[in-house]
Amino acid sequence: MLRYALRALRRNWRAGELKVLAAALVIAVASITSVGFFTDRVRLAMSQQAAELLAADLVVAAGQAAPAEWEQHAQALRLRTARTASFPSVVLAGDNAQLVDVKAVSADYPLRGALRVADEPFGAERVASGIPAPGTVWVDERLLGVLGLRVGGSIELGAQRFGIAQVITFEPDRGGNLFSYAPRLLMNAADLERTRLLGPGSRVSHGLLLAGPPEALASVRTWIETRLREGERVLDVRDARPELKTALERAEKFLGLAALVSVVLAGVAVATAARRYSARHLDGAAVMRCLGATQGFITRLHFLEMLWLGVGASLVGCVIGFAAQEVLAQLQAGLFATQLPAPSLQPVLVGMLTGLILLLGFALPAILRLKSVPPARVLRRDLGPLPASALSVYGTALAAVTALLFWQAADIKLTATVLAGAMVTLLVLMLAAFALVRALNLLRGQVGVAWRYGLANIARRAQGSVTQILAFGLGIMVLLLLSLVRSDLLAAWQSKLPLDAPNQFVINVQPDQVQPMQAFFSARGLKEARLHPMVRGRLTALNQRPVSGADYSDDRARRLVEREFNLSWSAQPPEGNRIVAGNWWAEGARGVHEVSVEKGLAETLGLKLGDALTWRIADREMTVTITSLRSVEWDSFRANFFVIAPPGLLDGYPATFITSFHLPAENREWLAQLVRAFPNVTLIDVDAIMTKVRAIMDRVNLSVQYVFLFTLFAGLTVLYSAIQSTQDERLYESALLRTLGASRAHILKGLAAEFVAIGLLAGLLAAFAANLAGLVLARQVFHLDYVFDPWLWIAGPAAGALGVGLFGIFGARFVLNRPPLQSLREL
Amino acid sequence: MPIIESQNLTKQVVSPEGTLTILDNVSLALDAGEACAIVGASGSGKSTLLGLLAGLDTPTSGRVRLDGIDLGTLDEDGRARLRAGRVGFVFQSFQLLPSLTAIENVMLPLELAGEAAPAEAAREVLARVGLADRAGHYPSQLSGGEQQRVAIARAFAARPKILFADEPTGNLDQATGARVTELLFSLNRELATTLVLVTHDESLARHCTRRVRLEAGRAQEAKPKRVRRPTVRA
Repeated sequence: MLRYALRALRRNWRAGELKVLAAALVIAVASITSVGFFTDRVRLAMSQQAAELLAADLVVAAGQAAPAEWEQHAQALRLRTARTASFPSVVLAGDNAQLVDVKAVSADYPLRGALRVADEPFGAERVASGIPAPGTVWVDERLLGVLGLRVGGSIELGAQRFGIAQVITFEPDRGGNLFSYAPRLLMNAADLERTRLLGPGSRVSHGLLLAGPPEALASVRTWIETRLREGERVLDVRDARPELKTALERAEKFLGLAALVSVVLAGVAVATAARRYSARHLDGAAVMRCLGATQGFITRLHFLEMLWLGVGASLVGCVIGFAAQEVLAQLQAGLFATQLPAPSLQPVLVGMLTGLILLLGFALPAILRLKSVPPARVLRRDLGPLPASALSVYGTALAAVTALLFWQAADIKLTATVLAGAMVTLLVLMLAAFALVRALNLLRGQVGVAWRYGLANIARRAQGSVTQILAFGLGIMVLLLLSLVRSDLLAAWQSKLPLDAPNQFVINVQPDQVQPMQAFFSARGLKEARLHPMVRGRLTALNQRPVSGADYSDDRARRLVEREFNLSWSAQPPEGNRIVAGNWWAEGARGVHEVSVEKGLAETLGLKLGDALTWRIADREMTVTITSLRSVEWDSFRANFFVIAPPGLLDGYPATFITSFHLPAENREWLAQLVRAFPNVTLIDVDAIMTKVRAIMDRVNLSVQYVFLFTLFAGLTVLYSAIQSTQDERLYESALLRTLGASRAHILKGLAAEFVAIGLLAGLLAAFAANLAGLVLARQVFHLDYVFDPWLWIAGPAAGALGVGLFGIFGARFVLNRPPLQSLREL
Repeated sequence: MPIIESQNLTKQVVSPEGTLTILDNVSLALDAGEACAIVGASGSGKSTLLGLLAGLDTPTSGRVRLDGIDLGTLDEDGRARLRAGRVGFVFQSFQLLPSLTAIENVMLPLELAGEAAPAEAAREVLARVGLADRAGHYPSQLSGGEQQRVAIARAFAARPKILFADEPTGNLDQATGARVTELLFSLNRELATTLVLVTHDESLARHCTRRVRLEAGRAQEAKPKRVRRPTVRA
């Protein structure tokens, strides 16, 4: 039976009846597997590097250096140890300044994995021996490029001058360099003191690295864990790069869902093709029944035939998906520090299953219908099986889509939301498409004969036309959203920022530097620069009940509670802050136990006016009452704070100051002057970060566009399957028309009219939907005034009319090339 | 025992204008090897009778026994299994599967009957109808006469006991029709098949040993050659 079905498949394939069905499957599987292969490679890269990601077996991480006693205890148990300290700082080379990510390491670093270096930028890479010698640093290629330096040159870091000894090319515990915006500078820990960079309250991440036999590690871990202080954590390999893991999971989900759009569209093509397949096999099935084939035989035969087709097409789809992911990986090159490993075979399984689920879900009802053809059809052509019920057709398709969705999203709530959202959107778009088709019909009286014929075709096959308009409309809409609407939103956001919005942040300013720094700014005409005090504190209790991250199910809330807050103080509400509830403290109030909390934070953590918050600040506890809630303009690029206290309350606690200012492009040398005058402060160049973030967004955007390209291909298979399902009708009609004297040019014009109109309508629908989506995004998500973009309404319909018109004529060209007599004889 | 036997076969269809009786109490019996023509005007119920005798459709009342088995006791699939390898068909509109080549069409009943070497047997029958050199052609590449010869080859390929033919020359010109008729009857004789032939072509009917005329759903033996027992009660 299996072989017989294979033979039947070969025969039907030769007859050209299954090609559209196969093409739809191939596209669906290719789109799913390209995403699958790509995320698989990234995941493999992460797990392969996991052991090295920490550069150790265990790391004690904290904002303060671990006590020497801990290190001695570990060494006594024959563990190897090393220390690291990482912090942002600025290096100077002549008049140039550049923010760097400094890492000071002790002699045995790294305990696991190896550093790799080169003698010159982009030179031959080799494993480094040891760490930078005292007085020298290793830097990455980017820093040399930005500062115009070479190996052998020198730089100033804090109060010290260093020689550049090597180019550093790889560092195990840096992981993927996703979102790291500053170049690396690696130095010897012995030099740290002399730079005088680290004052009290500096933002330094200290690490005590441990490596050795597992039993000793376990024993040290228990010993240390009982002695951990506030803000100290013990990390092992499993904890490495959690943010990268979440980012990957999100990307995987999103790209997976994006790929599903193509899969569902392909499903429509599969359903159309399967309906035609079943209609064309009714006679054959009747003859076979007549010759003694049982219903079971007919079902098994076609089912197995479909299964063979599904397996074959899915395999081809996997191969194409594999090739396509290579492009995806190229688009993302540079986001990952290392070469991606080859993918596993798991996505093949996913692809095969997707292909089969799609085929069964969308083709099965039509195929099953074949078994119930009455054998007497051989005597009377008008006898046919009952049409497949709408419930079985839509039911199985919906079941298939739900199964695929759930599989991709792996989350019932998300599945239900996406499904419901998609159904509502689809319904609205369908109604709009239907209205457009009806409106088009009104035009029929006002156009020439060729156009009338084309428009009549659209109206007559209204259901098919609506499906095609929807399929193309969706594809074009997504592309419009990702190109035009995205850049419109970005432009709207940028135009909202004043020209002199701060583009530089200065953090880590010590209290005794506040006066000199204000003098520095006013000497250069930067009057608005205001320095805000900042004290780090941890929230320990809410209304006298202890609080911990475990109390919250929301990820953001958990992170907020586990982190230290930056508490500030101020006599007046800062610029851009608005009191939305309660009252700000009275003029001149000092040291009262009150705070003002940002509205969003209050919502996330469930705080209200009158709640008592207990903070632990540098070993002391303090309880304050919430007396006001504020709204804050976060995108103003000023220093903003979640929690603000009245003046005097935080006196006596270690504070640093933060400020932001606008550096005009022509005054870049001020940065170098600032760093020379205040070597310990940290400068954050927002412009540079924005450039980096935009580059990442562009890359991600490109990948998403790429994945949605499959959507357009899937839309094309919908068009092809629709053309194919009307092939006989079209042949017959055009033969009739030509017999009546219509020229080839006439017929061509009619076809062009039909497909151009469909493309036009799809483009209109897409422009409408993209505009609406842009409006909602602007108002609800980004709080911007959305500017109406006329280009949407030009680009959408133009692209639709051109693309669909050309492909439609190409797909239906058989109508032109067949002699009319042949068509009339065969049909 | 007759190989085909019908008793009081009645077929009615319900239409908006009321119940329409297509066949009215038709009884007949055919022995193995007999050739019976069912003749009558268009709409007299010929094709319906053929469909009921072959088990393609079910009667409103009455019974059909095919090769000794009461069709009324079988379900759709049971009737299909009964036909497999035992019954052949030739149709007016040929009913060749367009996606299969000539030889693949001929192989179909052999494959359904589970024959060991369907290709060889099919090639033999195809040669017998004079189309050995067209084996690889598709129906659309064959003329009407050639298509019907492929259909005849398909009908005889599995060496069925019974052959049903529905207007086998209805779509052919006179000369081609004559050649197809000649082929049909010579194969019928060679393989000693029981033939049930529906036609309104008197010259075709004359080749048969028996003729049953249908008029308004009622049957009447036209020219009984051997009267062994009354086989028709009209």
